[in-house]
Amino acid sequence: MSLLDVVGPVMVGPSSSHTLGALRIARFVYKFVGGMPDRVEFVLHGSFADTGFGHGTDKALLAGIMGMHADDERIRDALRIANEKRLDYSFSVEDLGDVHPNTILVRANKNGKMTEIRGSSVGGGEIEINRINDCECSLSWEFHTLVLVIKDVPGAMGQILGDVRVNISNLYLKRIDALRKIAVGIVETDEEISEDCLREIENSRFVEEMYYIGRDADEI
Amino acid sequence: MKFKEILSAGVPLPEEILRREMAESGVPVELLRREMQKLMEVMLEEAEKQYGKRQKTLAGFTGDNGSKMASHDAVMLSEFSHMATVVALSLAESNAAMGRVVACPTGGACGVVPGVMYALKKLKGAQYDELLNSFIVAGGIGWCIEKNATIAGAEGGCQAEMGTAAAMASALLTYYFTESGEKAANAAAIALKSMLGLVCDPVGGYVEVPCVKRNGIAVNIAISAAEMALAGIESVIPFDEVVEAMHRVGKSLPESLRETGLGGLAATPTARKIVKDLKLRQHSAEKQ
Repeated sequence: MSLLDVVGPVMVGPSSSHTLGALRIARFVYKFVGGMPDRVEFVLHGSFADTGFGHGTDKALLAGIMGMHADDERIRDALRIANEKRLDYSFSVEDLGDVHPNTILVRANKNGKMTEIRGSSVGGGEIEINRINDCECSLSWEFHTLVLVIKDVPGAMGQILGDVRVNISNLYLKRIDALRKIAVGIVETDEEISEDCLREIENSRFVEEMYYIGRDADEI
Repeated sequence: MKFKEILSAGVPLPEEILRREMAESGVPVELLRREMQKLMEVMLEEAEKQYGKRQKTLAGFTGDNGSKMASHDAVMLSEFSHMATVVALSLAESNAAMGRVVACPTGGACGVVPGVMYALKKLKGAQYDELLNSFIVAGGIGWCIEKNATIAGAEGGCQAEMGTAAAMASALLTYYFTESGEKAANAAAIALKSMLGLVCDPVGGYVEVPCVKRNGIAVNIAISAAEMALAGIESVIPFDEVVEAMHRVGKSLPESLRETGLGGLAATPTARKIVKDLKLRQHSAEKQ
């Protein structure tokens, strides 16, 4: 933990793991799908399922999926605001198996496209995104994050990395479908990737899908 | 990283703390100072806003303690301690009502450090820069505890959360009045020692009972420890060793006493009853 994590962050109470962490997972999904989804389903596991509602986890999740920041005082009114925005949402409780006790599965549907993201709140507001659709991963969102679905052919990642042009802090690449020759690449960077670079990457012949989830500016 | 190493660096304590953070995270000192400043401002703003305010908390087990304390003329506490107590209770209740807080070091213990800062500002005319420097020293104390032990109730019990908050607040006060790192470390050690062994036993798992009132008590432990340090009283056991002891005690606490809501006060008949009543109320509210 850094000094600033010890003396902060600014958040809406009561619990950094049940409120802040939950909000950040939902906000990651909000950024991943490019805005508030039309329909969203939150599946709560473990301690989230047991004590989550008492900690306002439901409100935190809705606030996050609507794009609110962690210190937004409207979080306590998130249920009402979600209804006003006609967000179609539901909560359910399920045993997600051998995962961290504070885990949520978010199923978001935006413009007819379904995205499924699983994340855990691992303490102190820190999160781990551990599955995106069918792909297992481990993202902390402490960096600017680029998630790519790319062609599994020689030179693909090399060309893309050349276009990133900022310092890469972590890199992850995994083949997910040998038959269709598809791989998933996750690039975490220290600095923000510029819009020009992002456009170049998206237009690359190797890139099938691209999602850029910039770290929130207020979190250093 | 031990606190005594920071003390022996030979530069002013706040500078050395920020320099070490920069070495670790790569974030420049000036930016770190600004971020600390922002956190301090939010604390003071919220202290002002929530002072003595009634809150509608999530479980409804608390909510009017800050208000009662604010409208009560203190019989025994000094004006300083009374004000710090009101802030500590009020912010802890605001936290339980999903209000905006600074998790210093955690949401559950968020009232302690702002309690002493607000009283310094209001009653001692504390100037901005001195207050910020003292806050950075408090941060250094909390940081050392996090590095060498834990600040999470789920890992080390309440001593890790509220104990850390009290240690930070006492160091803040002591550094503010003396600018002495040694004295601040003594105050922090005395405060942390006084909370050693405290278990984390929130009723129903909610951050309300006993967390809110413990904020009000921890702030007074911090003030007393700082007053002792100002008087020249030293901790026989040095701060870094107290932190180690706290860590060992935390490790030997059974899981039922580490934020599970299963042991301690949470297991009393009254606690079980009010949690059961709450579940019934929630259930009937869902049905409607």
